[in-house]
Amino acid sequence: MRHTITILVENEFGVLTRVAGLFSARGYNIESLNVAPTMDETVSRMTLVTSGDERVIEQIKKQLNKLIPVIKVEDISHLVHIEREMLLVKVASNPDNRLELVRLADKARAKVVDSVYIHYLTLELTGAAGKLDDFIAQLEPFGIIEITRTGSVGMRRGAEGFVV
Amino acid sequence: MKMTGAEIFVECLKRENVDTIFGYPGGAVLHIYDAIFNQSHIKHYLVRHEQGALHAANGYARVSGKCGVALVTSGPGATNAVTGLADSLADSVPTVCFSGQVPSTLIGNDAFQEADVVGITRSATKHNFLVKRVEDLALIIRQAFHIATTGRPGPVLVDIPKDISGEECEFVWPEKVNMRSYQPVTHGHPGQIKRAVRSMLTAKRPVLYTGGGVINSHGAAALLRELSHTLNAPVTNTLMGLGGMPHDDGHFVGMLGMHGTFEANMAVSHCDLLIAVGARFDDRVTGRLDAFAPDAQVIHIDVDPSSISKNIHAHLPIVGDVGVVLRQLLEEIARRNGTPDAEALKLWWEQINEWRKKDSLGFDQPKDGPIKPQTVIRAVHEKTKGNAIVATDVGQHQMWVAQHYGFNRPHRWLTSGGLGTMGYGLPAGIGAQVARPDDKVVIFSGDSSIQMCSQEFSTAFQYNLPVVVVILNNGYMGMVRQWQEMFYESRYSHSYFDSLPDFVKLAEAYGGVGIRVDRLDELDAALDRALNIDEHFVIVDVAISKEENVFPMVPAGAALNEMVLS
Repeated sequence: MRHTITILVENEFGVLTRVAGLFSARGYNIESLNVAPTMDETVSRMTLVTSGDERVIEQIKKQLNKLIPVIKVEDISHLVHIEREMLLVKVASNPDNRLELVRLADKARAKVVDSVYIHYLTLELTGAAGKLDDFIAQLEPFGIIEITRTGSVGMRRGAEGFVV
Repeated sequence: MKMTGAEIFVECLKRENVDTIFGYPGGAVLHIYDAIFNQSHIKHYLVRHEQGALHAANGYARVSGKCGVALVTSGPGATNAVTGLADSLADSVPTVCFSGQVPSTLIGNDAFQEADVVGITRSATKHNFLVKRVEDLALIIRQAFHIATTGRPGPVLVDIPKDISGEECEFVWPEKVNMRSYQPVTHGHPGQIKRAVRSMLTAKRPVLYTGGGVINSHGAAALLRELSHTLNAPVTNTLMGLGGMPHDDGHFVGMLGMHGTFEANMAVSHCDLLIAVGARFDDRVTGRLDAFAPDAQVIHIDVDPSSISKNIHAHLPIVGDVGVVLRQLLEEIARRNGTPDAEALKLWWEQINEWRKKDSLGFDQPKDGPIKPQTVIRAVHEKTKGNAIVATDVGQHQMWVAQHYGFNRPHRWLTSGGLGTMGYGLPAGIGAQVARPDDKVVIFSGDSSIQMCSQEFSTAFQYNLPVVVVILNNGYMGMVRQWQEMFYESRYSHSYFDSLPDFVKLAEAYGGVGIRVDRLDELDAALDRALNIDEHFVIVDVAISKEENVFPMVPAGAALNEMVLS
């Protein structure tokens, strides 16, 4: 089963490698991993998407907690939470289909971020991972040149924050 | 006061109460070696290979209860140390290793003797640091010792670039270490303690299964014995846990697992309550997981939460320091004037004593036949009254010593349990002798293992460390040969040495005493002589029966109650 885990870590060099290394050393999957500093510059926040049965996920949480620079770990999968991901996609276009492509983007609430040349268009879309998958499927007939995705970021709903 | 990084290093070690380090100099640590030259508080022991430094620090830590410290240079110095770090990690031994690094400006340039040591040692340490500013050095050293010695202990590496050890700054000693991301739990949850006691007092067939955590936690061994007697429950030790319970205590049923006793493995297989104390359900202990303690409720006490329910589900986990938790349990039992189920336990002990009658460690020593390894180990036990500090290498001899030496207290048993490092014994024994100069240190080894760190005889000679090395010499990599005999139809692929060195001459070449024993009637006198030499190290090279196997044995992947007895 897919699990989304949020992690607060000390913002120091090598932390990302420690987390990634833990997953490779113990044979756990990483579907995606996102990391960036928080408002407190000494703390970084990670969102890690992985899969495994309950026993594996329990071990993953314990092993993460065991890493010295890891401050806090929470599996938000079972909680009411929000998950978003951003996509940049470059699609081939021509004078005949360009309008159709822009309409499709509008309908999906994607932004056109690069439309300088007629033979391609770059779009940006934020949403849940599934929504991004659907959008990509719709674009496929036009010819996708390249895509890049950020991986999910997530937080639980409610007034309380996941902070140090 | 302004100090160089190297001077800060020395000052911090002093303040961390370190008076002994093991190391080997090289370009990147020359500033530090110069600072060591200029002081007299810390005694440095020069090893002959960096692996030896880490094993010596490990042996020193295990018998002294202090943190072991090693100092190595960059590149090959540090990569040679990796085995020793991984060994201390697997066996949870507190050690701090300082490695030199090329100057900060050269890092990443493939400089001479450069290696990505923080990268290489990341998975071989509990934690590691690269010092980037001399101002950070004191705090990092403080944190390194704190991390190494608290929680589940382990090795920490501090990588110090050469320019950092040469640079000056104002020395500030951090009085306190407080790391928000590292707060080990010491006390067991009170609710869990109550629930555990309830299970313990109602159990009909309890077993205490105890490991290295009992050794690591100060004072825990005495508490374990008290709990065992209070509950009238049998105790079995893992390889790492030997010495946690006196071997001659009536409640001790021996080691469990692959080469454990019949009674220990049967008791675990039939118990209704398994109380795991500072043990981690290693595959060499459990055998086939689904057949391990199938009828038991499992209580698991461990300082490391990730050990709990990793291999075997714990019905009742208690995270905390083993000694603290054992005390909590005893207090709770006393508070409720608890007594165990006497009637059920009477039957349980009858059953255990029935299993004991198998005498699964029994062996025949023919009067005129070849010397059995068990005979040698039991003779050393008798002659040292079980009081020697005993180190081993890895293989058959290690298992025989675990089965036959008979340990009566903690901190006297040094063996590479988790990693299984051949070559561990001699340097670890050297470290132990440094920590306990007045105690007899006996190192059991095999003809193969001893060749993996034999350069350290030179260290033993230099510092007049009178360790006694008993080589149980069968001319084979015995454990490899045993597996080849049992599982590969006796195809002894590369497990035989045609060209062993003359170990007597080897001892003499390094300045020690060598004694060869070929016949049983020579053994007594040879051991007496060896154990009474206090000025030099001794090698006693004993020719043992060549194809003796370690029994009982649970084949890999079999269940504990599927033992091969002989």
